[in-house]
Amino acid sequence: MIGDGEAIPDGEVEGLEERDLLELYRSMVLLRTYDERSVVFHSQGRIGTYAIFWNHEAMQAGSVYALERDDWIFPSYRESAIGLLRGMPVSTVLSWWRGHPAGWWNPLDYNVASICVPIGTHVPHAAGLAWGKKLRGESACAIAYFGDGATSEGSFHEGANFAGVMRAPLILFCNNNQWAISTPLSAQTAAETLADKAVGYGIPGVRVDGGDVLAVFEVTRDAVDRARAGEGPTFIEAVSYRAAPHATADDPRAYIDLERVEEEKARECLGRYEAYLRRAGVLSDELVESTRAEAVEALRSGIKAAEGEPPADVGLVFEHAYAAPPASFAVELAELRELLDG
Amino acid sequence: MAELTLVEAINDAFHTELGRDDSVLVMGEDVGRAGGVFRATAGLRDKFGADRCVDTPLAEAGILGTAVGLCMAGWRPVCEMQYDAFSYPCLDQLITHVGRYRWRTRGGMEFPLVVRMPYGGGVRAPELHDDSPEAYYAHTPGVKVAIPSTPADAKGLLAAAIRDPDPVIVLEPKLHYRTMRGEVPVGEHVVPLGEARVARSGDDATIVAYGSMVPVAEAAAEALEGEASIEVLDIRTLKPLDEDALLSAAGKTGRVVIVQEAPRTAGYGAELAAILAEKAMLDLRAPVIRVTGYDVPYPYWQIEDAYMPSVDRVVAAVRKTLEF
Repeated sequence: MIGDGEAIPDGEVEGLEERDLLELYRSMVLLRTYDERSVVFHSQGRIGTYAIFWNHEAMQAGSVYALERDDWIFPSYRESAIGLLRGMPVSTVLSWWRGHPAGWWNPLDYNVASICVPIGTHVPHAAGLAWGKKLRGESACAIAYFGDGATSEGSFHEGANFAGVMRAPLILFCNNNQWAISTPLSAQTAAETLADKAVGYGIPGVRVDGGDVLAVFEVTRDAVDRARAGEGPTFIEAVSYRAAPHATADDPRAYIDLERVEEEKARECLGRYEAYLRRAGVLSDELVESTRAEAVEALRSGIKAAEGEPPADVGLVFEHAYAAPPASFAVELAELRELLDG
Repeated sequence: MAELTLVEAINDAFHTELGRDDSVLVMGEDVGRAGGVFRATAGLRDKFGADRCVDTPLAEAGILGTAVGLCMAGWRPVCEMQYDAFSYPCLDQLITHVGRYRWRTRGGMEFPLVVRMPYGGGVRAPELHDDSPEAYYAHTPGVKVAIPSTPADAKGLLAAAIRDPDPVIVLEPKLHYRTMRGEVPVGEHVVPLGEARVARSGDDATIVAYGSMVPVAEAAAEALEGEASIEVLDIRTLKPLDEDALLSAAGKTGRVVIVQEAPRTAGYGAELAAILAEKAMLDLRAPVIRVTGYDVPYPYWQIEDAYMPSVDRVVAAVRKTLEF
């Protein structure tokens, strides 16, 4: 869809109007700003360890735009801020990375499941939700995000297989950024492509340029259409490149090809989309500035709100693990309070 | 009342609960067409349809993982793990998600699922059909654990588990699936989680047991008749534990023997003994003694009886505490 402005011509996506194109742009700018500011917040000690998703914005924004509000999103930690595209406050996501309970949202508020920290174990959840919605006769579908490394996990396999058997309305969205911390894709699989894995589940597998937000939107829309038509799951392999560290605690210089990283940075997804929109004549300097300023302001007020959250009460240690907590919890909390207040 | 075997009582609970609540569904390997390898789910597929008694792919982590998603879509899934030791792959989902998801949503979402499985040895089966994995489950925050020892409790505890808003693991003594018969209430029957049962009243020593070890404890009490009067406490729910019943049964006699089929180290009996050490010190007149399986893989079935806590071993332990 997005050409290079020279040899490769730009395309169009049927059904997308100018306001859709700009909405996608705003989403990407918000995610990019969130990500870049979070790295700064981490270096300032204002949030904890943070999993960077720089250059993954096209995959996230493009796919979410193909969903309806009733559809469910199952993020991994690489999609920690994807709820922003569903109206989740910036402060909620920042609070999650600050280890503050204000970051533990109620998935029902956004149809966004909790961030899955272990790799791939949320894929069966998404399969189960999609299957459960179908059993109830509801039209909602689910999308599960995971990386290339997750395709080595048993949970991915079991979830994909269940979804195939149950013909669950599920989109398996693999952001293949070619690295699982320091492990390259070649050490992860002997398969020629990850999309090939879909064959084993009896479902379609498609590859898409993960840096092209419009292409990502289009393949996801096709997958959603299939899901709603009762045709079952689709595996999408979005090919990208992790042009940033895995997380703030990671130093990729020990294992990554720095020249390749520079090449990838030069064609990162937001810059490509900006250039496309300018060529299409729908993006002006003023709009770029105002969109960025809006996102920066959202982050500024977001971190302020997150830092303004009152300290969590230790009573929360004992809350919510059970609908009706055992009697021992009250005794233990009373003892703890006495010590702390002592 | 009806006279049922333990597995028939479980089947009865399913028919009652699926009939009562149309958000309850049963899922697992061979539960539908075959009605379960032990027939615990027999007749459900015919009565309630293939969508509510689901033959799943052979994937225990997938069964429990999709059950989490089914809960999110408003279902109350009851997952069968075909055998105790076949449940180990599902521990991944149990530990990382099932016991945590409610907490993770700060109580915003509930995960009213059940995992049930036949457990324990003595059935002359191949390797890994004989384990007693209750400690793995009981150690996991966010889940409850129940183990019935009678047909009536098998029905009532399963019904309670299905109706509970939190995840509940139910381990069923497969040795007694068909060898034990008992009176079972007809229709709805719920045994609340967290309530122990005095299986036999006595004054001189207390045997604390659960599941397949309750009949062993009762037989030991019988064997000691004339020599000593033995109380038998059936714990029934390992988590939440009926601590009052434990302390009261221990305080009554001052001498306690705990019986578990699982290996000894870090087993559930150690938890019971620790509670008695913390809270019943002055009521005890002898050290608490555990009679357990050994710290070895469950043995070949030709010699499995030597592993099992036997009536003789329990009797010997009771005598030891009486003679202290």
